[in-house]
Amino acid sequence: MIITCKRATELLSQQLERPLHFGEKVSLKCHLLVCRGCTNFGSQISVLRELSREYQRQQGKD
Amino acid sequence: MSDQIDQAEIAELRQQMLKFAMLQLRDEQLAEDAVQEALLGALKNIEHFQQRAQVKTWVFGILKHKIVDVLRAQKRQLNLSELAEPNTMEQLMFDRREHWQSGEAPQAWHCPAASALSADFWQVFETCLTHLPEAQARLFMMREFVELEADEICQLHNISHSNLYVMLYRARIRLRECLTNKWFQEV
Repeated sequence: MIITCKRATELLSQQLERPLHFGEKVSLKCHLLVCRGCTNFGSQISVLRELSREYQRQQGKD
Repeated sequence: MSDQIDQAEIAELRQQMLKFAMLQLRDEQLAEDAVQEALLGALKNIEHFQQRAQVKTWVFGILKHKIVDVLRAQKRQLNLSELAEPNTMEQLMFDRREHWQSGEAPQAWHCPAASALSADFWQVFETCLTHLPEAQARLFMMREFVELEADEICQLHNISHSNLYVMLYRARIRLRECLTNKWFQEV
């Protein structure tokens, strides 16, 4: 049930490629409830995805 | 008529495409070829398009396909030796119990909407991308720029899903770190 920060960040990254299994989801959620650092990490790698999309839009316009 | 693309605009579009292709192919000749083919293909059908924005979106769509074709043709060239190297980044981030080292836990970014970021920011973004180890950069861009699914990338480069996950994880860690240091100063 208890996962490390390293594991939590790995799952946060993999979540962008595949749906997590039930067990993974639960342990990640529990970890994030008590870990501000991993929560920030998760939102920042999602921002990386948004930035990549926006970067392409920038390329494709005037 | 004012909506139609003129020569100067095509030249500028070509430059933007070249930059985009170079980031992903890292080879001037290959990038030139991909851009050339995409442009030729696009110009053949240009009369069907009324508006510039449409043309650009469409041309970049074609360019993405060309880039995938080039990468497919040279798939053996993806150098996965990076995988075997110990990841110094991870060692710096986490302690022996695999929790954040003191002072390393990510602080919130003060990030406006992506569309509101300045030209200076995008310069930094490109710099951080070019600083990624080559295989990480390629896989990250295939996933986030060309927007291929994990399955397609694994097939294309003949790598396992777990290797792909590791490489994307490392790319994200580095990019996050680079952008934090160079732009989103943690307070």
